[in-house]
Amino acid sequence: MKNKEPLILAVVVFFSLVTYYLVEPYAHHVMHKHVESEHFAYADLPALSGKIGDAANGKVLVTGAAACTGCHSIEKDGMPAMMEPQMSAASYGVNPPDLSNAGAVYDAKFLSDLIKNPAHALKVEHKYDPAKGKMHPMVPFYGAGGDIDQEVADIVAYLQSIAVSAEELTPAMAFENACGRCHAMRYENWTQMGTKPSFKHKKDELAFDIKVIEYQDSLKAYMGKLPPDLSMYYRSRNSHFLETFIENPQSQLAGTAMPRVGVTAEVAEKVIEHMADAGDTKRHERESIAVNVMIYIVIFAIFALLWKKQVWRDLH
Amino acid sequence: MAHFTKATSIKDWLNQRLAVEKLEKVMASEYWIPKNINFLWAMGMVLVITFALLLVSGIFLLMYYQPNVATAFDSVNYTIMREVDFGWLWRHVHGVAASVVFLIIYIHMFTGIYYGSYKKGREMIWISGMLLFVAFSAEAFSGYMLPWGQMSYWAGMVITNLFSGGSLHADGLVEWIRGDYVPAQAFLTRFFMLHVLLIPLAILGLIGLHFGALRIPHVNNQDGEEIDFDAEAKKYLDGDKAGSKVMRFANDFMSKDMMVVGIYLIFFFYLVFYNYGFAMDPVNFDPADGLKTPAHIYPEWYFLWSYEILRPFSVDIGLIAFAFAQVIFVLLPFLDRSPNTCPANRRGKAFAIWFWLMLINMIVLTAMGKLPPEGVFSKIGFVSAILFIVMWIALPFITAREKKV
Repeated sequence: MKNKEPLILAVVVFFSLVTYYLVEPYAHHVMHKHVESEHFAYADLPALSGKIGDAANGKVLVTGAAACTGCHSIEKDGMPAMMEPQMSAASYGVNPPDLSNAGAVYDAKFLSDLIKNPAHALKVEHKYDPAKGKMHPMVPFYGAGGDIDQEVADIVAYLQSIAVSAEELTPAMAFENACGRCHAMRYENWTQMGTKPSFKHKKDELAFDIKVIEYQDSLKAYMGKLPPDLSMYYRSRNSHFLETFIENPQSQLAGTAMPRVGVTAEVAEKVIEHMADAGDTKRHERESIAVNVMIYIVIFAIFALLWKKQVWRDLH
Repeated sequence: MAHFTKATSIKDWLNQRLAVEKLEKVMASEYWIPKNINFLWAMGMVLVITFALLLVSGIFLLMYYQPNVATAFDSVNYTIMREVDFGWLWRHVHGVAASVVFLIIYIHMFTGIYYGSYKKGREMIWISGMLLFVAFSAEAFSGYMLPWGQMSYWAGMVITNLFSGGSLHADGLVEWIRGDYVPAQAFLTRFFMLHVLLIPLAILGLIGLHFGALRIPHVNNQDGEEIDFDAEAKKYLDGDKAGSKVMRFANDFMSKDMMVVGIYLIFFFYLVFYNYGFAMDPVNFDPADGLKTPAHIYPEWYFLWSYEILRPFSVDIGLIAFAFAQVIFVLLPFLDRSPNTCPANRRGKAFAIWFWLMLINMIVLTAMGKLPPEGVFSKIGFVSAILFIVMWIALPFITAREKKV
């Protein structure tokens, strides 16, 4: 009798794979728009002026004519926040970022445009249109009387000079800077106000929680809804979606209130790594155990095969 | 009262009380299996192993899962996935096994249909098998509710809504099933109970029935040949192992079962570690939110074909078609009027075409069930659903005209 088993196996595998292809890759391809990444080139933004910035003059501008420190703290350079985060959020909608590491987190081209035209760089012009009397809470920098391109280059140079180096910027820092003032991440104990401390007294914890709620209320009014907790977003989305979404939220979700955050490609990678640490914490353990389990199972299958051969020797 | 003598050994002691030797013969060494079978006959063992994986991983998950709408999501995604040692492994094994078990069930089912293994005294094997399919479906659905993610919530909403019966507007029944107006705490707790107690009990009972149903008619074989099991067994026991048409279940066939299981487990653990996404829908990693309907709501892949029979019609007709699809497979032994018990390809053209077309049509329905019901997809889905119904109605007529081969 001819052995038909290879043919039968081929039929079973064929129909299983066709079904898999149709319900997984093909269906998801149809359901979800594919967005190509631009690798954080920010091609829509004007090119850098090419002027060499002077960090010392930048500091003068940041603390003086440009009035950045009127709203932003720069803790690293001895300029602490003037208000608690929930108070800041009540005033501005969201707590304006501390600029200590802005130079390391954000792309220079993005920063340069942001300083002059925040709603444009952030891609929220659909929300903030001066013609309709709706101004972005961040006031644009109109220049301090000199060459505005030079002044912007000075400010960016200053921010870059005080920021941590690329190696020192951890995935958690990248996330906290770029996402953490709007998004909580409760699996990492992160609130929009910062890491939730451990409290000795229930009363103190409740006081903190109330501040978080106040902050979130301001944020809700500012954004239209409370931005989601990102603990499990690494699993509920995927890294390609996250990458293109961070690069340009409008490309995946037209009209969203979420601004483009303007991080560099390297920082986006770190942000996603931090999201993976929260939502797929055991991935390294999974990868290493996988190899051992597969070896074990293959050995089991070989023994099973040999046993079958031995038992069946007498049956033919 | 039975007469007991002083036992000569532990085995003898047990024999007098439990008849272990006889039991071993009935269940294993003198449970005769035809030799003329292929690896598809090992799917039963593959299912047993997969069910065991589900049971064991489920027990571990049950130690940490919390059936509470406020904590269910975090107990799964934080406690089990992050805090518990190897909790992620148990969850991935459980999730992948729940999906793969249906792949094997479908292979097992279509094997049965192809070789006519529901005929000539094997009707109860088929019926008990289909009851197992229903029980597994209920088990899968109730389990899907437990992580309390977006898809849990909305699938629960959609499926329980089916019980309103369309124009019957039996909303009271839906509320009774949910224990609330919407899926909420009462809903979660009762589906938890169903998933971890009542349905597993039913499954265990049905597995017993399914095995029992197999014992008297014996396993079918590749040619549907009627075998005189007593004569062939005698031949085997007299030493003509090679000449006999039958073999022992253990160790003869079990060694082949284990070989297939070994290969299957390579595939299974590959999925668990490297390709688990198909079994763990990303949408369900967003916590349940009754105010935010997901853009696409679809069931897991194994329910898609029947979902697509529901979807292309108006509400009432869809529900009738859906109910038809749910019960029609059970009736197969009675709808097939043919005198033949042999592979579909040898029963004449009509049934051969029916079989392969049914298989392909169910794959098409499965694909259309997931794709958004727009444009050409909804047309294909509509035609496939009609074809499914027409084919089942035609089956008795096609098979009644079949010539004896």
